[in-house]
Amino acid sequence: MDIFLQQVINGLVQGSLYALVALGYTMVYGIIELVNFAHGEVVMVGALVGLSVIERMAARGETGWGVIALGILVAIPSCMALGLGIERIAYRPLRKAPRLAPLISAIGVSIALQQLAALIWGRNYLHYPEVLANPQFHLGGAVITQVQLVILATTGILMAVMWVVVQKTALGRAMRASAQNPAVAGLMGVNVDRIIASTFLMGSGLAAVAGVLVGTYYGVGNHTMGFMLGLKAFTAAVLGGIGSLGGAMLGGLLLGVIENLGAGYLGALTNGTIGSNYSDVFAFLMLIAVLIFRPSGLMGERGSEKV
Amino acid sequence: MPRLLSSLALSLIALGLISCGQSSGPTTGSGELVVRIGASSPLTGPQAHLGKDNENGTRLAIDEANAQGITIGGQKVRFELVSEDDAADPKTGTIVAQKFVDLKVSGVIGHLNSGTTIPASRIYSEAGIPQISPSATNPKYTHQGFKTAFRVIPNDTKQGGELGRYVASKIGAKTVAIMDDTTQYGQGLANQFEEAAKAAGVTVVTHEHTDDKASDFQAILTNIKAKNPDIIFYGGMDAQSGPMMKQIRSLGIKAKFMTGDGGCSTEFLSLAGAAGEGAYCSLPGLPIEKMPKGEDFKKRFNAKYGEIQDYSPYCYDAVMVMIDAMKRANSTDPSKYLPELAKSNYDGVTAKISFDENGDLKGGVITVYQLRGGKWVAEETLGAQP
Repeated sequence: MDIFLQQVINGLVQGSLYALVALGYTMVYGIIELVNFAHGEVVMVGALVGLSVIERMAARGETGWGVIALGILVAIPSCMALGLGIERIAYRPLRKAPRLAPLISAIGVSIALQQLAALIWGRNYLHYPEVLANPQFHLGGAVITQVQLVILATTGILMAVMWVVVQKTALGRAMRASAQNPAVAGLMGVNVDRIIASTFLMGSGLAAVAGVLVGTYYGVGNHTMGFMLGLKAFTAAVLGGIGSLGGAMLGGLLLGVIENLGAGYLGALTNGTIGSNYSDVFAFLMLIAVLIFRPSGLMGERGSEKV
Repeated sequence: MPRLLSSLALSLIALGLISCGQSSGPTTGSGELVVRIGASSPLTGPQAHLGKDNENGTRLAIDEANAQGITIGGQKVRFELVSEDDAADPKTGTIVAQKFVDLKVSGVIGHLNSGTTIPASRIYSEAGIPQISPSATNPKYTHQGFKTAFRVIPNDTKQGGELGRYVASKIGAKTVAIMDDTTQYGQGLANQFEEAAKAAGVTVVTHEHTDDKASDFQAILTNIKAKNPDIIFYGGMDAQSGPMMKQIRSLGIKAKFMTGDGGCSTEFLSLAGAAGEGAYCSLPGLPIEKMPKGEDFKKRFNAKYGEIQDYSPYCYDAVMVMIDAMKRANSTDPSKYLPELAKSNYDGVTAKISFDENGDLKGGVITVYQLRGGKWVAEETLGAQP
């Protein structure tokens, strides 16, 4: 039982990281129906910028959560600028182009960012300096670390903030209006270009937080780290219903838990024929199953209010 | 710059070939026999530091041999190094191999990686050119039935086997959990380890797989935690084993940890951090201070090229073994000295070198290291010297 609990805890932590990244995908998709494949790379840049800051601080003997917070605070504006730049250079000129054009452009940006990061930070696996004591807490036979608790809490808070922004503020109303019908929203006095830019800003800010948290959690950063993370987060967004905020959250958490339980129990259930290396396969099979019965994802509804 | 120089040298050689007309094998000029030796390793990319180290080891041997003024078949011999970059890429490796064949080199030292060595070995075998790898450890290299394939470093059958026995006899583990990265190197090593550990009476509680790009191992490790093994063995590289080590400790797993040469690096130290303390790893061969002529080699090498990275002593030995075989055969013709090479019994820097029927080093040793006080400390050398 404690093993089951441990797998669920690990899954929830991993899943909330997916969810943070998935928000970026889902918000952008909600408004301009573009799968921003460069989003994973924004997370990577956030992680590596954070790493550089944390490394400087660690070299001066600073430790504790303050250092991580500083890393996040520097990473957020860097990623926001990057997100804004990507939108301006790679997507805005193509807004009237056929659907496939911005998608290809997104893939191009993703590759370019990876190579750029390789030039700046090198191709080696970089290690995140250990600035935290990271005490462990026991929870009925399972272990949860401070970092895991902070990840869960941070994600929860950010999700709540995003919900308030989208549902309760004027900006949120404008975003929802642009998602439903950009042309009409424009006629009503909404500056759609500005709304799209702010969506990219918010998504990139969340990506920066996710990047630094991922780096702190696993202790490594590398120019390729964003690719798989981005793919998983995109999957989570689709699973939950792309375009829906709650869906991104639910999809992320579900995917994390499914993956961990899959890796944990597949081997035992199939007597070793299908091992833990099939956990990804398992996760994607679940995705296919969900999409067969609910093509628009768990929480997405056709024609409903997006974002 | 060295790339430029070597390509310049290559084109000069090519020019020389043309001006000599149809020359077969070693070129003769001014009473001196020029013998070309090919060397291939990654000189660009992330493994460039290891590749350069290999080239330096090879060059040192060739320079020293030339200084000795060796006579073979009544003729004064001058060895010439043809160094090529294979970028650790299997495809480039075969192109380099073909180039060596076309240049009619008398022998090849290389390649560095198993991934490049294995496909290139077929080309050398078909051309009848002897090849000695200083660093490829995948057992398959010498088990393809090629008469021309040799290596002067113990293979992974040896490494996995010795580690499996070490876990039982020295660490006293009764149960082990095994993980690998499903690459040719990682899974190969893990399987050899599993076989030996089982034979030594250790219970293998589970054998899990991840891949060489993963960074989250918690689901697998939680499984392993439930099985409560005495030690965890990982077959794979440091980019995974470092973070893995951290996750092992943060999950509260008390088991010991062991990995092969892929994790025996300074990279592992920084990636694992404090969690790495007490981990075991292994490298084929002796630590340089313990090699029969290691100290002396180190001095000569340092004077010319600075610090030794990894395999340069093996490159040095590979060249010397090859030249020794040429001397005994009294010929630099591959078909004449190849049988002598197989019968080698040479007192090298790294070990006494002789080959078994496959071309593998006879009775090579493995050194186990433990991470103590933030450093890899040589613990014990396993396997008998021949």
